[in-house]
Amino acid sequence: MPDIRSLDYDVVVIGAGGAGLRAAIEASAQKAKVALVCKSLLGKAHTVMAEGGAAAALGNVFPEDNWRVHFRDTMRGGKMHNNWRMAQIHAQEAPDRINELEAWGALFDRTVDGKINQRPFGGHTYSRLAHVGDRTGLEMIRVLQDKGVHSGIDVHMECTIVKVFVVGGKIAGALGYFRETGRFVLFKSGAIVLATGGIGKAWQITSNSWEYTGDGHALAYEAGAELIDMEFVQFHPTGMVWPPSVRGILVTEGVRGEGGVLKNNEGERFMFRYMPDMFKGDYAETEAESDAWVKGDRKKNRRPPELLTRDVVAKAITKEIAEGRGTEHGGVILDIASKQSPDYIKKKLPSMYHQFKELAHVDITKDPMEIGPTTHYVMGGVKVDAETQESTVPGLYAAGEVGGGMHGANRLGGNSLSDLLVFGRRAGQFAASKRGPAPKIPDSEVERAMHEALAPFDREGENPYAVQSALQAIMQRDAGIIRDKAGLERALQALDTLATRARAVGVTGSREYNPGWHTAIDLQSLLVVSEATARAALERTESRGGHTRSDYPDSDEKQAREQIVIKKEGDRMVVRREAQPPIPAELLALIKEGK
Amino acid sequence: MAEQRTLRVFRGTRERGELKEYTVAAGEGSVVLDAVHMIQAEHAPDLAVRWNCKAGKCGSCSAEINGKPRLMCMTRMSDYAPDETITVTPMRAFPVIKDLVTDVSWNYEVNKRIPAFQPRKPDAPDGTWRMYQYEVERPQEFRKCIECFLCQDVCHVLRTHEKHQQFMGPAMLVRAAVYEMHPLDDADRREHLRHEGGIGYCNITKCCTEVCPESIQITDNAIIPLKERLVDAKYDPLAALLRKLTG
Repeated sequence: MPDIRSLDYDVVVIGAGGAGLRAAIEASAQKAKVALVCKSLLGKAHTVMAEGGAAAALGNVFPEDNWRVHFRDTMRGGKMHNNWRMAQIHAQEAPDRINELEAWGALFDRTVDGKINQRPFGGHTYSRLAHVGDRTGLEMIRVLQDKGVHSGIDVHMECTIVKVFVVGGKIAGALGYFRETGRFVLFKSGAIVLATGGIGKAWQITSNSWEYTGDGHALAYEAGAELIDMEFVQFHPTGMVWPPSVRGILVTEGVRGEGGVLKNNEGERFMFRYMPDMFKGDYAETEAESDAWVKGDRKKNRRPPELLTRDVVAKAITKEIAEGRGTEHGGVILDIASKQSPDYIKKKLPSMYHQFKELAHVDITKDPMEIGPTTHYVMGGVKVDAETQESTVPGLYAAGEVGGGMHGANRLGGNSLSDLLVFGRRAGQFAASKRGPAPKIPDSEVERAMHEALAPFDREGENPYAVQSALQAIMQRDAGIIRDKAGLERALQALDTLATRARAVGVTGSREYNPGWHTAIDLQSLLVVSEATARAALERTESRGGHTRSDYPDSDEKQAREQIVIKKEGDRMVVRREAQPPIPAELLALIKEGK
Repeated sequence: MAEQRTLRVFRGTRERGELKEYTVAAGEGSVVLDAVHMIQAEHAPDLAVRWNCKAGKCGSCSAEINGKPRLMCMTRMSDYAPDETITVTPMRAFPVIKDLVTDVSWNYEVNKRIPAFQPRKPDAPDGTWRMYQYEVERPQEFRKCIECFLCQDVCHVLRTHEKHQQFMGPAMLVRAAVYEMHPLDDADRREHLRHEGGIGYCNITKCCTEVCPESIQITDNAIIPLKERLVDAKYDPLAALLRKLTG
C-alpha cells in the first residue's frame, strides 16, 4: 500500500459550491458518511459571485406564473436543445428548494405582503428570481455552509482531486492532494458526486476564477464517462472592459433587470434591432413602452429588449463593436444612471456600485458603464440521467455546472442557482441511496497517479503559467463567441502542440502551497475541456444559442435535438452525434403555447 | 501605460521568512493582486497566495499592505505614490502557512460551535413564513460578510493578546448576529456569546469596523446590540431553559 492517508466514505462530493454543498447535505440526511472536498476554503466557491438571483416559479409577484411557464422559458432560452426531462424537473422542484433555503435561514428580499420578492431577468416571462440585492449567491452559499457544518459532513478544504478510480466498471475512489502540505490523500468510496463547476479559465476574458479549470469534466472524461454539449459556452453580455486589469469581471444582468439600457457609440439603443423571430411580440418595441415597464407598469407593457436571452444580447454587442459602433476601449455603453435614482441604484445594486467605484473609478449612479462579453458558463458537461444525475459510469454523479443537458444551447440567467439546488439535492439523494461497497483500488494505480502528479518536480521545463496563458489566447481567438472551421482546426492543432509543452513543464520549490505546481496539474484539465469544446464546435455545423459559426450562421432544425457526445477511447477523444429522445407531445404543446 | 513598480513580499513559513523585493510592470488600473500574480508568472511561480473572485466578493486575498489589513484585489496600485515601495505581508493574527497564506481554520471551528439557526413554526399552511423588508434588512447587513477575516486580523484581542481560545472575534460575532437578529430564529445564543464566545473581551475600539471591506457597521450594529441583549435580559438560566422547553 502506498504510504498515504486513506479515508473511507459512503459518498465523496468533489466541489463545495452550491451544488456540492446541497448534494452533501442531502447525502448526509440519508445517513451516509459524507466527505465534501473543496479546492479552495469553504464558502469561496464560484456560487458566491452569483449576483442576480435564483429562478423559481413561486408566483409571489405574478400569481399567473407556474412551472409550465418556467419550463417553456427554459426550453426556448435553450433553443430547444435542452434535456426536456431535466428542464421539467427543474421547473417543478425549484420553488420547494428556494422555500427550503428560507427554512434554513436565508434572508431573501421581500414583497410588500412579506413573501419572497422576485425580480425580472432575461428570457423569463414573469418576474421570477428570488434575490438578495445583487449578492444572492453569497447568501445562498452561507446558508448552505451553515446547514452543512451542522449536518456532520467532513469538509476537506484546499484539497484538489487529480484522479477518479474506476475498478471493474464501477467507481472506487479518488486521489487528491492538500494544497497546504502537498501531501496526497486517498478517498475510498463507491459513490462520487462531481460538483466542480465550469471551464471558464480556458479563455482570456472570463468572469471565472483560477479554480474553473474544468476539473470535474476532465476527471469524468478520464474515468470513461461521456461529455455532451461542450460546444455550448455562455458568453455573458456584460463584463467590465476597463481598466485592463478588471477586464471580464461580471456586471450582473440585474442592472438590466432594474432598467439599465444598452447603447452604442452613436447613443442608439441597438437591441431593438436584434429581435429574433422566436421572441417577436414578447418584448417592448419602443423606448416609451420599455420605459413604462421599467417604471413599474408591467401588466400593460412588455419588457425591454435588453432582457433578451444572453446569447442574443452577447452576439448583438459583438456585432455593434465589430461594425465600429463600440466605445474607445472596445465595449458598448450600459446606462442605468439615466433610468433610476441614485438611491434606488445603491439599494438594488450595491455591489455593482462598489465594484465600479473601487475598480474603475466610475460612479454608476451618475455615469454610464463600459461593458463587453465575457466567458461565463458552460452549458455542456457530464452526460447524466435526468432523475438521478448519474453519469454513464456507475457510481459517478454530476450536479450543477459540471452536469450537462439542463440548459440546452443557452442558459437563462437565474436558472443556475436553482439548477444547483434541484440537481445537487437529487445527486446527493441517489448517490447515498444507491451506495454500495467500493471496489478495491490496486496500489499500482494509486502509485501511478501520484507519480504523474509529481512529475513536474523532476523536470527543468517551461513555466506552467506560460503554457496556461498560451492556451487562453488560443481559445479566445479561435473558440470564442464567433467560430469557423478554419479557426477551430487551427485551435485543435495548437492545442495538440500545447499538450506536448504541458507534458514538459517543470516546477521549482517545495510541495507546500506551490501555485506553480497546482497550475501544472490544472493544465491537464484545461487541455481536455479545450479540446472537447473545439471538437464539438467543429462538429456542430449550425449556429444555436451559445455556439455561433460564421460559416454556418443559421440554425438547422435537423440538428436541434442532436447532441455532440465526447468520450475517451484508448488515448483518443472520439466525437459522435446522438439523437436526443423526442419531447413528449404534451410538453411540446406547452412550449408552443401562445406562439 | 505600464509603469515599473517595486514590491516587497513576505516569503517564508511560520518558522522563518524574509521580505523579498520584486519589480513588475503595473498596467493601468491594476491592483496589488495583479502585481502579485505578475511576480508569480515572471519571477516566483511558487509564491503562495489565496485568491478566487478578484472582485471583492469572496474574501480570499486578505493580507496586510504597508501594514494595513486589506483585500489585495480591491487595493489599487495607484493608491500609492509611484516611487513608494509596497510591502505585502500575511495577516498577523493567524499562523503563516507559506508566504501570504495563513491558517484561518480556527475561524471555521469557532463558527461550527455557534448554535444553529432554529426557525419558529411556519406562518402559512403551505409551510412558508412572512417577513417584511424592514425586518430582514437588519440581519442582511451581517450577511454581507465575505469572511475575509480582516476584522479578526486587526482586532487587538486576537492580534496582540492572542485570546483565540477565549474570544470568537468580530467576524464570528457578526455571524452570530445574523441569527440573533433573524426575524424567524428562536434559538438563544446568549449563554454561548457570554462564555465560549467571550463577547466581554471586546472593548469597542471599532478597529474592526474600519477595516471591513463590506462596510458592515460591526461594532455599532452587531456587537453593541448583542452586548445590550446580554445585559438587558438579566440573564436567568432557568428561564432560558424553560423558554427552550416550551418553545
